[in-house]
Amino acid sequence: MTDTARPPVDDWATDFDHTTSEYAQNAPEIWADLRSRCPVAHSERFGGTWLPVRHEDVVAVARDTEHFSSEGVIVNDYKPVDLAPIGYAPPITSDPPFHQAARRLLLPAFAPKEIDRWEETARATCRELLDELLADGRDVVDAAVEYTQHIPVRVIADMLGVPREDGDKFRTFIHRIIEAPGSAEQEQIAYEDTLDHYLTQVVEARRAAPREEPQDLVDHLLAADLDGQPLSDDHITGTIGLLIIAGIDTTWSAIGASLWHLAQHPDDRRRLVEDPDVMVFAIEELLRAYAPVTMARIVAEDTEIGGCPVNARDWVLLPFPAANLDPEVFEDPHEVVIDRQRNRHLAFGVGIHRCIGSNLARMELRVGLEEWLRRIPDFELAVDDPEQVRWSAGQVRGPRELPVRILATVPHSTTEVR
Amino acid sequence: MRITLDSEACQGHGRCYTLAPDLFDSDDEGYAVLKVDGEVPAGMEEQARLAADNCPEFAITVED
Repeated sequence: MTDTARPPVDDWATDFDHTTSEYAQNAPEIWADLRSRCPVAHSERFGGTWLPVRHEDVVAVARDTEHFSSEGVIVNDYKPVDLAPIGYAPPITSDPPFHQAARRLLLPAFAPKEIDRWEETARATCRELLDELLADGRDVVDAAVEYTQHIPVRVIADMLGVPREDGDKFRTFIHRIIEAPGSAEQEQIAYEDTLDHYLTQVVEARRAAPREEPQDLVDHLLAADLDGQPLSDDHITGTIGLLIIAGIDTTWSAIGASLWHLAQHPDDRRRLVEDPDVMVFAIEELLRAYAPVTMARIVAEDTEIGGCPVNARDWVLLPFPAANLDPEVFEDPHEVVIDRQRNRHLAFGVGIHRCIGSNLARMELRVGLEEWLRRIPDFELAVDDPEQVRWSAGQVRGPRELPVRILATVPHSTTEVR
Repeated sequence: MRITLDSEACQGHGRCYTLAPDLFDSDDEGYAVLKVDGEVPAGMEEQARLAADNCPEFAITVED
């Protein structure tokens, strides 16, 4: 991991490093400390990086697409050069005005009515996973490794029309890009093992056997046009890569963090089992409290964040989870109130780059929890100390291993289909 | 009670049509559409307030 290559952090206000295991394990405490001392932290690492932690400052940066460019969204030692306004993974890395055109290509496929069509597939996937998990009668299972991580992998593979077996590759690509950005580990990789090569192969294979009517998202992108021109291959592979990278461990992390919470809070478990109507609020509260995603921007021209001057080409981290814990906006922010009614959280970001997969992610989170609770209504952490659960480092935060002890199960045959 | 939606501000988070399905719908791209013409029908006041208080973009306002 990156910890070995970088010196330990002395002061989080002036020298933070979001890729360390210390940050992964203690991020909420670090954000609370920074909020009380200096709402915009700075670090010389990665060539100069800023970290606002207040809701107000995070919103202001996300909305200001003039001073903050999206051409780099994952902080690492190398900044993209001359890729704006399209970027390497449109539309997340695109700036206006190109951004809107690239986004509109995808919006209909991720609108609520389209996502509803995937719910039964997602539910069947969860049931298969639970059948496998419970098949050998163990009382301790790893909910992250054996359950949550497979749900979005299979759903996104189905949406793209690529084999579900490619999921193992997806997880490797994601780890390298999000958890270990710019590390020495990356320099040893053969091109045949990279995401770029994988995507090129997918597009080449599809071009070699085109279909008359688009049947999945890859067909859709191959058939799409922008201002009468077909999309460039870089645009197509960049967007498919984005859907793989952004659609998988984010959702996996949200489901995992929610189960981590429920494993420790029997009252919340019972409430969800007995009163399913609470789920609509519970999902948002779990997303608020355990928002997995931190995005980044590159300062486009000298400006300021919350009164703090920042220079062109510096990085800015946008920790949406920190904004969600701001006491200025949320009452008792560190408490999970499973039926919280007022919840203006930023788990899916804010402004023009709002997560395009938010409807999909919400569906997978809801179905993932509903199916788990239906089969395993009672469970607890199988470690003595919740701190022993390892959380991912970097810009996506969630438990990577989640040992739970199963306390009660409901046989599959008696479960009802909603 | 009056309700307004700022369609320029809406980014399609979808909180309003989930929490207030009698007042909001989704268009084909996921953006919000107001189903009433500004006046909140009697009995839907709480839906209206929920929609306004959960919009991350502050795109919905209600006035008594």
